[in-house]
Amino acid sequence: MKKTKVEVREVATGLASRRSFLKISGLTLAGTGLLLAGCSDDDDATGTNPDPNMLPGIVNGTFDLGGGDAGILTYAYALEQLEADFYTRVVNSNTFGATFNAEEQSVLTDLYRHEVIHREFFKAALTGALANTEGVVLPNLEFSYDSVNFSDRLSVLKTARALEDTGVSAYNGAGRYITNPDYLLIAGKIVSVEARHASAIRDLLNPGSADFAGNDVVDANGLDKAQKPSQIIPVVSSLDFIQTAFTAMYLP
Amino acid sequence: MNILKFIESFTNEGVIQSLQSKGSRRDSLSQFGKIGTNTALAAVPLVSMFFTQKANATSSAFLASAADTPISALQLALTLEYLEDDFYQMALDTNGLIPDAEKDIIAQISQHEAAHVSFLMGALGADAPAKPEFDFTANGTFDTFDNYQTFLALSQAFEDTGVRAYKGQAANLMSNGDLLTAALQIHSVEARHASMIRRMRNQKGWIVGNSIGTLPDIAAVHKIYDGEENTIQGGYNTTTAQATNGPALSGTGATESFDEPISGALASEIASVFFAV
Repeated sequence: MKKTKVEVREVATGLASRRSFLKISGLTLAGTGLLLAGCSDDDDATGTNPDPNMLPGIVNGTFDLGGGDAGILTYAYALEQLEADFYTRVVNSNTFGATFNAEEQSVLTDLYRHEVIHREFFKAALTGALANTEGVVLPNLEFSYDSVNFSDRLSVLKTARALEDTGVSAYNGAGRYITNPDYLLIAGKIVSVEARHASAIRDLLNPGSADFAGNDVVDANGLDKAQKPSQIIPVVSSLDFIQTAFTAMYLP
Repeated sequence: MNILKFIESFTNEGVIQSLQSKGSRRDSLSQFGKIGTNTALAAVPLVSMFFTQKANATSSAFLASAADTPISALQLALTLEYLEDDFYQMALDTNGLIPDAEKDIIAQISQHEAAHVSFLMGALGADAPAKPEFDFTANGTFDTFDNYQTFLALSQAFEDTGVRAYKGQAANLMSNGDLLTAALQIHSVEARHASMIRRMRNQKGWIVGNSIGTLPDIAAVHKIYDGEENTIQGGYNTTTAQATNGPALSGTGATESFDEPISGALASEIASVFFAV
């Protein structure tokens, strides 16, 4: 993959018809945020062509997350960018103080700080890991939240819950694909914090209940969710928060 | 390590009270079914024989010296889950201990720990260690089942320790993707528990530096949180993170945002405080 100037824009149709491709492969997208596309002629869907040797960068005009450890780190970076951006919007809202009580403000401010630190960590980690390679660090994604009312307590908390639970599932599901034990440890250090977040948000939504670790996320074996990238990315896509197209052709 | 010396290091007057006699713990234990009836114990390979004795400093040292394999990782995990499972079951069985308003929370945690025990016993099969006998008063040091605040304090200690212990074993499970994933899935549930218990104790759900918060200020408790003050993650200094378009990050986020592992040896040492002597 050549090192190119990063120009992130909507996918140019290198395929004959993006819509017909989606119909063929059976993928559905709720929004325009993401395209999941294989670039080979035999219509490989995301998740069926993992390639640990592919570095993140532009493929056919669209940023691809890459495969292998660099792909997992980039994937995590994308998710942390989303969380950081969301909580930034929450704490920046001029109705923040009116919408949330003191404890909630404290929790949401902490979540803002943590996710920004996670995001900045991954930016630094990828910058280091991809130095002297042809891989490219994922650029700043663009976000919008048409479906969220930042002045509505439930709208914000339910969105936070979805993001945190998804983050937990994503890290839990990605762990087995990491080959470098240092990266696995880092993922482990982050996922437990995301789970602490999820627990707190869920308790704010339904105080004193079992929802902090509810049966909707913890199964009969006491296991939290774990989904691989090709399962998580459509879920995130359906939220329609990420406005920058990217592909994940080489992640499992 | 001499367990009596360990216990003598507890000096916090606030938690040392004479144990109100509740009848013997052995009597209490027999209520809790499932002890020794699992077929996994029918075949007892050499390694498991060490665990069928009453757990003491010797067996905890054995735990600590175990090889860094998937099996040893899960054996450590199971031992910690045995501890938590017994702990919560005893609490739920103690009339008047848990306020009604918090019973659903403790019951949910308890359900998970029991499920974790079953799951790990199934995963380990013949390699599953037997359950140690526990004494959650640590030989009279803690009024665990007489004082809800003491119970909650120990709960926080166990949950935060469990999160760190699982994290410390993840690398040992890399050779088995299914077991690694399951361990991660348990680990995040323990983190949900830890967050909830901490917040019930008016702490943040996340660990702040190496602070023990309002837990007893004794050496054993500090061992649970030492290392959590780390701010260097993969060479990156988390205190240097800057907000790009929001409020400044000044504060405790640099340490709160990452949890730290502990070694199997240290996890065993902490657990062994609660092995019956």
